[in-house]
Amino acid sequence: MSSADIYRELILDYYRNPRNFGKLEKFDIDSHDTNPLCGDEIEMQIRVDGQNRIEEIKFTGKGCAISQASASMLTELAKGKPLEWVRQVVKEDVFKLLGNPDLGPSRVKCALLGMKVLKTGVYGYLGAHYDEPDDRSG
Amino acid sequence: MTGLLQTEAFDVEKVRADFPILKRKVHGKRLVYLDNAATTQKPQAVIDALVDYYSRYNSNVHRSVHTLGEEATAAYEASRERVAKFVGGEPREAVFVRGTTEATNLVRYAWGEKHIAKGDLLVSTRMEHHSNIVPWQLLARSRGATLKFVELTPDGHLDMGSLEELLRESPRLVAFTHCSNVLGTINDATAICAKAHAAGAVTVVDGAQSVPHFPVDLASIGADFYAFSGHKMLGPTGIGVLMGKKQLLQDMDPFEGGGEMIREVFDDHSTWNDVPYKFEAGTVNIADAIGLGAAVDYLTALGMDNVRKHEVRLLDYARDVLSGVKGLQVYGPEDSQQRSGLVAFNYADVHPHDLATILDEEGVAIRSGHHCAQLLMRCLDVPATSRASFHVYNSYDDIDALKQGIMKAGAIFKV
Repeated sequence: MSSADIYRELILDYYRNPRNFGKLEKFDIDSHDTNPLCGDEIEMQIRVDGQNRIEEIKFTGKGCAISQASASMLTELAKGKPLEWVRQVVKEDVFKLLGNPDLGPSRVKCALLGMKVLKTGVYGYLGAHYDEPDDRSG
Repeated sequence: MTGLLQTEAFDVEKVRADFPILKRKVHGKRLVYLDNAATTQKPQAVIDALVDYYSRYNSNVHRSVHTLGEEATAAYEASRERVAKFVGGEPREAVFVRGTTEATNLVRYAWGEKHIAKGDLLVSTRMEHHSNIVPWQLLARSRGATLKFVELTPDGHLDMGSLEELLRESPRLVAFTHCSNVLGTINDATAICAKAHAAGAVTVVDGAQSVPHFPVDLASIGADFYAFSGHKMLGPTGIGVLMGKKQLLQDMDPFEGGGEMIREVFDDHSTWNDVPYKFEAGTVNIADAIGLGAAVDYLTALGMDNVRKHEVRLLDYARDVLSGVKGLQVYGPEDSQQRSGLVAFNYADVHPHDLATILDEEGVAIRSGHHCAQLLMRCLDVPATSRASFHVYNSYDDIDALKQGIMKAGAIFKV
C-alpha cells in the first residue's frame, strides 16, 4: 500500500476538521496519554449517563494525521455506546475506521493512541464504580 | 549519477563505495540516508575491524598473558590512544563508555554525588538533548540542588546574557552542548568553558553532534568533561567516550564496582585502579572500542576539515533548495558557518511523522519527532520537527531526493 492510500481524503479530512474536537464542561471521565516516541498527545473527556452510556465525548490533542484522525473517528463511534462496549473494542476496529492502512510498527502506535486513551479512561471509571450494584454483573 | 557533489574535499562517489549499506534499496528506491544525527552508517573498514577481532584475536583485555589476550589489550589501548588524539586529548583521560548518555550519567554519579551539596546550583541549557538534562535533574533531586536553564535567542543561539546571569549565582556545574542536534547551532565551547570556570563551575560538554562533524580540539576548549558517541561518527553502537581532566577523574568515586576497576579488594573495602580503568568495570566493550578506532582512522584519512567543508556545502545546497518550497520553515541560525550539517524543519500542516512515512516510501530516511529535546520543542512552540542530517557519503542528489519527497507529501496533503 502506498502512502497515497494511507493518507486518503477521509483521513486528511478528519485531521484538518476533527469531529468531536474540544472540551466538555461537565464530564465523568478525563483521560490523557502521549506517545513518547512521537510526542503525539490525546486527551478525551466523557460524560456518562444514568445507564452507564457514553452520553457525550470530546477529545483534544496534537500529533500526526493518523493519531488525530483515529481518535476523532473513535469518538464518533463511541458516542451513545454503553461503557461496556469499550471493553470489546480491538485494534482491528481502529484499523478498519482508518481504511486498513498498511502501517509499520511505529506508526501503529500513532493509530492506537486514541483507543488506549479511551480504554484507560473507561476502565478506570468502571473500576472506581465497581462496587455499585449496576456493575456487579460486569 | 548526475548532479553529484563535486568537491575538492574528497570524492563522494569513492566514499560512498566504502559503505556497503548504501547499495541497498528501500521500497525499491535508492537508499537516501539523511538520519545521521541519530546514527551514521559504517564503512567497510569498521565492519572489517569487528570481524577481524572476533575471528582472529577475540580475548579479554588487561588480564590474560596469552597471545590473544596481549593482542586484544594492545588493540583496545591503541584505539583509546587514537580516539583521544582525534579530539586533542590524553589517552589516560579517555574513559570508554556505552555512549554520551552513559558519560553524562557517569559524571552525575561519580562526580556529582560526591561534590554536589544541598542548595547548590546546576546549569544546563534549553537546547540540550535529554541526556544532558535528565541526569542533572536526577542529581538535583538526590542532592537537594537546583537546576536552571540558559535561555535561547530567537535565532537559535544560547543567550549569553542569560548565561552570565546564571553564572553570577556561582553554579557548581555548567552542562551544555557543543552542537545542537536540532538547531545545528555550534556553540563557542571554548568561551563558555572559560566563563564557567571563572565562575567556579565544572563544565560538562555534550560532543555527540560535534566530534563526528568538525575538528574538535579539547586542549583549546578546556572542558572538564567532554562526551561523545561512537555510532554517530561511523563507529559501532555501544561505545562512546568520556574525556575528563585527570585531576577530576582521580578525585572522583567509582561509577560501577566490579572487576577491572579495583586495585585491591578486602573484606570491608577496596582500593581503586588508576584512571581511566577505575571507570571501566567488568569486561569492557572490546570489539566496539576497536571498531571506533577504525572509524577514527577513516575520518582522519578524509580529514575533519574536509568533512566540515563537505557538510557546509551540503547545508548551503539544502537551504537553497528548500527555500523554494512554499510553507517550509527551517529552524536554527541563518549562517552556515555557525551551524553543523543538519536541517530541522516543518512543512505546512504536514506532521513530521506523516512526512517521514511518505519520504520513507521514496527511500529517503529522515528523523521526525522531538529529537529527545522537548525543552527546545517548547521554545520553538512545535510538538515535533522533521530533521535531515548529513555525513560524508551524502550528495546533492540526496538533497534533491529529499525535496522531491517533500513535494510528493505536499501533493498528497494538498498543501
